Amino acid sequence: MMINFNLTKDQFGAISLIDAQGIVHPNIRIIRAFPISNPSHGFAIVDHNGHELVWLNDLSQLPDSLKELIQTELSFFEFIPEIEKIVHLNTFALPSIWDVHTNRGKTRLKLKSEQDIRRVSEEDLLITDANGIQYLIRNKKNLDKFSKKILDRFM
Amino acid sequence: MISTIQLPQRWQSNPAVQALCKTHESTLSTWVEIDLNQQLHFAKSLLILSEKTSHDFARIDQIHESGHLEGTWQIPPGAYFQHSDHAGVGHLTIMSPQGRIQAWHHTLALNPSITQFKENCTVLLSQLDLSNRLDFEKIGPHLTCQICQNPIAQDQEKCLYCDPETEIPPSTLTLFKLWRFAKPYKKELILGFILTLLSTGATLVPPYITMPLMDDVLIPFQKTQVMDFELAGIYLAGLLLAASCAWGLGWWKTYILALVSERIGMELRTKTFQHLLHLSLEYFGAKRTGDLMTRIGNETDRICIFLSLHLLDFFTDMLMLLMTAVILISIDPLLAAVTLLPLPFIAWMIHFVRDKLRFGFEKVDRNWSEVNNVLSDTIPGIRVVKAFAQEDRENNRFILANQRNLEVNDRVNRIWSSFAPTVTLLTEVGLLVVWAFGIYQVAHDTITVGVLTAFLAYISRFYGRMDSMSRIVSHTQKAAAGAKRIFDILDHQSSVPDTPNPTPMTQPVRGKIELSQVGFRYGNRAVTKNITLSIAPGEMIGLVGHSGSGKSTLVNLICRFYDVSDGSVKIDGVDVRSIAISELRQQFGMVLQEPFLFFGTIADNIAYGKPTATKEEVIQAAKAANAHEFILRLPLGYDSLVGERGQSLSGGERQRISIARALLIDPKILILDEATSSVDTTTEKEIQKALDNLVQGRTTLAIAHRLSTLRKADRLIVLDKGEIVEVGNHDELMSAQGAYYQLYQAQARHAAEIAQAI
Repeated sequence: MMINFNLTKDQFGAISLIDAQGIVHPNIRIIRAFPISNPSHGFAIVDHNGHELVWLNDLSQLPDSLKELIQTELSFFEFIPEIEKIVHLNTFALPSIWDVHTNRGKTRLKLKSEQDIRRVSEEDLLITDANGIQYLIRNKKNLDKFSKKILDRFM
Repeated sequence: MISTIQLPQRWQSNPAVQALCKTHESTLSTWVEIDLNQQLHFAKSLLILSEKTSHDFARIDQIHESGHLEGTWQIPPGAYFQHSDHAGVGHLTIMSPQGRIQAWHHTLALNPSITQFKENCTVLLSQLDLSNRLDFEKIGPHLTCQICQNPIAQDQEKCLYCDPETEIPPSTLTLFKLWRFAKPYKKELILGFILTLLSTGATLVPPYITMPLMDDVLIPFQKTQVMDFELAGIYLAGLLLAASCAWGLGWWKTYILALVSERIGMELRTKTFQHLLHLSLEYFGAKRTGDLMTRIGNETDRICIFLSLHLLDFFTDMLMLLMTAVILISIDPLLAAVTLLPLPFIAWMIHFVRDKLRFGFEKVDRNWSEVNNVLSDTIPGIRVVKAFAQEDRENNRFILANQRNLEVNDRVNRIWSSFAPTVTLLTEVGLLVVWAFGIYQVAHDTITVGVLTAFLAYISRFYGRMDSMSRIVSHTQKAAAGAKRIFDILDHQSSVPDTPNPTPMTQPVRGKIELSQVGFRYGNRAVTKNITLSIAPGEMIGLVGHSGSGKSTLVNLICRFYDVSDGSVKIDGVDVRSIAISELRQQFGMVLQEPFLFFGTIADNIAYGKPTATKEEVIQAAKAANAHEFILRLPLGYDSLVGERGQSLSGGERQRISIARALLIDPKILILDEATSSVDTTTEKEIQKALDNLVQGRTTLAIAHRLSTLRKADRLIVLDKGEIVEVGNHDELMSAQGAYYQLYQAQARHAAEIAQAI
């Protein structure tokens, strides 16, 4: 893969892309195309109007500096906590408040409706809480018994 | 000086906060709690902006929940805040002219409080910039939640954001709110109560009569072989009498109470619908139509059935239990105790099994809806399915959903099938206890055979009711949930309240519209900001801008579908909020992008805004709207049925009917919201002709995506991100080469491209 662009970050935290023609595109954003089903493949760099500038199949071909910049930037914008364990819930009636452990620490979410638990694939579930935050459960079969039981009651 | 801000309790005891407060050189001025750390992990910390009294400017401290200081940032003059959000995470960044100082992250749950914090900080910093003395009274957010700092609107009683645990699940107490609807039927309810008492009493007489029947007739006969037919006849007559009494009273009772509950149900439905109709569009925007429909339709019915059937049955059963207990104890206290003791235990057992089942059944319900989802997905999309030859795939999807349904059902059925036998077993065991103890007592001559028979008759009758009694818990819960959903609507106050003493509009209404400094926020998002505009009577205004630029919002504010958050909207010099809503809306004629026709005749639809209109008026309006001729072409003319279940009309035809509808009420102000955007160019021309008639002599606000349709507008208002960016007529705006020019060029280019492609 030809790397014919460069990224720079200014002191305001904004990232610019300089393309092969030397044109500078300020305030670009990096987006994963399949954040859930295939997070390590498919990246788009878009300008501030959302037009695609560069498409990357994966990051492995990139020089380390670019890779790191992209990964930092993604970690700054990506937020899909993965639920590892459901510790407690206040009631089986809705709205229900769950205390959960995620890969981003402990938190509390409020489930408004059973319809907010959706299957994204055979095993993975996406839970949208009352504030619009999306939680992912990767392979619900790997959850512990108690979490599975709770989940089962809502599905 | 800590007094300027009130920190919540849990932060006041935080050592780092206390340490900060001890440094007297600074004044803590505003704070906010954030819930994510730099790695976007969940962690609560506090941001405090403090102003230093020495020559330092200001600084922000971040304190972690656990009590350590995460960091301190000096805020130089000229610093400003930026706030953005993406995918559920908000970012608050503080920038200086030299670059970014720091960014903090939070989940969107905190968005309102962060916005408030940013505003507070911005005001504070700007005041510091001017080296004014701080006036905290001015800065302090007057209406913010004490706990979470979220802004509280003036009409709200409590904070809507914090303490999610106060949102308790529907409590059974909600059912008592129904008393409001039952009150008018007090007399009937009392009668029903007395009848229940009597009829229940009557059903308890027969087992009592079996006692002497056994002891005085049958057992003596076994000994003496002489049957006392006279006595037997009297007892049998007593049995018949009791049975007929129970039958008649039961009939009357059920009828009266069903009558009452049906009326309560109707009141509940009509009141809810009436209330719903008067709620603002904001409310409807946030709710799903189907959900509202079920609430009014099914939930009221469910409550009605609960009242007339389940609650009544339960009440009767309880009465029966009480009366039975009294009778049994009066006959023989010891045997009564043995008979009644297992009851609570058996009731609990039945309830336990049923509870297990309930969740199973809920699961079945959910899976059932999944099966339905496949159907509602596939059947309306059948053309797509066929076009891509995906019949097998949809079929498999359906089979899969059904298989899942089967699995869940199998699991439930395993318990369910054991349920009825279990109840029977428990009943038999209960009876066995009575038998055993009874035989023992008969053997010791403490009771007669008749007493034992009576006891068995009473108790077996009672066991039969145990199952249905145990269901009352889940029935009550369901009814309570239904009642909560109904009262959610009933207790909701309209966000555009009708004023108690409206100002009448001066006649004739001229149609002058003035907006001054109008701002509107939807939730925490500012949709329009600082719009000032004056529209002369009879003027035609075109509203232009990208989608989401606030065009429709502006129109909605003028019609008072929403109320402004800041500023005011005046019509003929009167604030719209002080005009009675019905009078205000009479001044508006509206033609929307998707014309909605109600089920009924064309004439009815045209006369929707003025049901008293004569046939001539309807025809006049139809003619002016260019609809007369196509209406006459329909087989039933003006009597043709249209709407969802009626004759299908084309988009252009429907639109012309809606134009006629607007014409008929002869409004002073006309709203055209993308009236021609969903039809082709030829139809557009026809509609345009009709619209030209309509616009004559009325103040008109037209929203159009196709700029060419606004050429007749006196003035064009160009909106972007909720603000007016340009005002002027077509030629002026073209020569100014601003936002309008760009929009126009883009459209012209697009049109040319299409022409070229053809």
